[in-house]
Amino acid sequence: MGRAPWPLAVPAVVAVAFLMLPLAGLLLRAPWRDLPRLLVESQALDALRISLTTASVATVISLVLGVPLAWVLARAHFRGRSLLRALVTVPLVLPPVVGGVALLFALGRRGFIGQYLDQWFGITLPFTTAGVVVAETLVAMPFLIVTVEGALRSASLGLEEAAATFGSRPFTTFRRVTVPLIGPSLLAGSVLCWARALGEFGATIAFAGNLPGVTQTMSLAVYQALENDSAAAVALSLVLLVVSIGVLALLRDRWLHPGATL
Amino acid sequence: MTAHAGEGLRADVVVERGDFRLEARVTVDPGQVLAVLGPNGAGKTTLLRTLAGLGALTDGTITVGQDTWDDARAGTFVPAVDRAVGLVFQDYRLFPHLSVLDNVAFAARARGAGRGRARREAAGWLARMDLDQVARCRPGELSGGQGQRVALARALASDPRILLLDEPLAALDARTRLEIRGELRRHLPAFAGPSILVTHDPLEAMVLADRLFVLESGRIVQEGTPSAVARRPATDYVARLVGLNLYPGTLTNRTTGRVDLDAGGSLYAAGVGQVPDDDTATLDAVTGTSMLVVLAPSAIVVHTHQPDAGSPRNKWTGVVAGLEMLTDRVRVAVDGRPSALVDITPAAVADLCLVPGQAVWLSAKATEVIAYPGRPAGSVGATWTATVNPWS
Repeated sequence: MGRAPWPLAVPAVVAVAFLMLPLAGLLLRAPWRDLPRLLVESQALDALRISLTTASVATVISLVLGVPLAWVLARAHFRGRSLLRALVTVPLVLPPVVGGVALLFALGRRGFIGQYLDQWFGITLPFTTAGVVVAETLVAMPFLIVTVEGALRSASLGLEEAAATFGSRPFTTFRRVTVPLIGPSLLAGSVLCWARALGEFGATIAFAGNLPGVTQTMSLAVYQALENDSAAAVALSLVLLVVSIGVLALLRDRWLHPGATL
Repeated sequence: MTAHAGEGLRADVVVERGDFRLEARVTVDPGQVLAVLGPNGAGKTTLLRTLAGLGALTDGTITVGQDTWDDARAGTFVPAVDRAVGLVFQDYRLFPHLSVLDNVAFAARARGAGRGRARREAAGWLARMDLDQVARCRPGELSGGQGQRVALARALASDPRILLLDEPLAALDARTRLEIRGELRRHLPAFAGPSILVTHDPLEAMVLADRLFVLESGRIVQEGTPSAVARRPATDYVARLVGLNLYPGTLTNRTTGRVDLDAGGSLYAAGVGQVPDDDTATLDAVTGTSMLVVLAPSAIVVHTHQPDAGSPRNKWTGVVAGLEMLTDRVRVAVDGRPSALVDITPAAVADLCLVPGQAVWLSAKATEVIAYPGRPAGSVGATWTATVNPWS
């Protein structure tokens, strides 16, 4: 490694400052002494519990539905596969709040699916904790799908072929060979999905609203606190920061290494 | 494992992919090892994949024992997973996330055996193949030779009905190759079912196989025992592999044994149609019969002047095209009618002052010239009528 030439070094330093200074500001402004009181008053524990639960459930749903879809996109041959792949990744680039509005029109009480959910099963999703999960899953699942599909594409078909010659049925091969082979990417995709769900804001507020104790996640709580009590917003943000750094530590080896598959 | 002893393999294989067409009729008896020898792109791997069920036939049938695995016209196709084929891949394809023991236990586990039983059986195979000390290793920690042995153990442990080996020694260095060839020599005869070994190394075929097929451009151009194929190559490819000069020609005089060669020149062969070491030597060679003539490079003598009359019956002129140092001798390529590869000692090269472009005389005793009726079928004819010249 030589010294970086200045046209690269200077912007790099600016980038570091840009990324780090806001966090430093957060730490400097942190009302350390009042922290426990602020967190209790702002119902931070409720929000944190809702955030962690909904993000985790959204990740599990994404795994259960998204991994098979990733497999289909990577391995199955059918017409319109490219189109399907494009459609699946739309939520990846869609502004989340648009996703939330779309959910409202699909699954809301008057939505074209939601009205039947309501009439036939008595299920209403908007403004419920389940609605938070739905909104988060919509936004986060594509991250998992894209990560896992990429891993499946680069994983060797040869090993699956070898497994078949030894009498391993396709689903057994998937469990015993494919999943272990893409294990690191599966973990990276799950963490990415979980982090995305944890930070979700737009779709959640549009579809599930901001009801403390029901649909108010940490992100929503921070937003609300910022309007009334900026100290509380800082306190809540610190909690999210700690959680994010925890995720970062988990990812350190698997994902942040150069050359690791996304 | 002798569960499937007594089952033979009969395959009538036609596979078409784009412009490529593979056409091969293969029968292998139980316990027999068939080597399929051929250059890259000849269709060897396609043949194995079709037998393994990783690809379907365009036409033809594959049967093992009483079971039909593939019948293109009847629409029968048994997929790989139901065939019980022990396939040793060229690149081994060991599962990197499993220990050697679990790799070998994989087939039993996949077919529903409990972990304990599968592992016990696998451990038995590893012990038999002297691999117990690497049982706990991951494939990534193995040497190439160990990887190949584990792949073989895994294939044998899967209790296959047929055993298929795709270039088992290709990825190994020379020393390891020797060692693994010995291993295969020990373990292949113990397998009771039919085995097919694909290779482009004639030595591998000689050492390991009972029977040899030569596959070129999707067709079987020659079959026989390895030694018979080596002594009487039907194509230029095999002749080069075993280091012989090969000339197609026509017998023009049954009495003198004169064969006029397609590429020009003629050679006299003693005892036309009687090939030494061959039990089917009573061949109907009459004047006009198409013949193949082989001449070992070591049986040709190089002279700088015309040899005396009364010496060998075959004498002709040529021009030195090139010299190549082999381990203990020099191989001289001579352009002439016919062109020939000649092996001589380095001392002789110095004595004769041989340099490229030099005019020389060649001679060979008629008793060294082996002629036999033969001409491989159809399309490949064009490739082997060319004279042997490794520098061309």
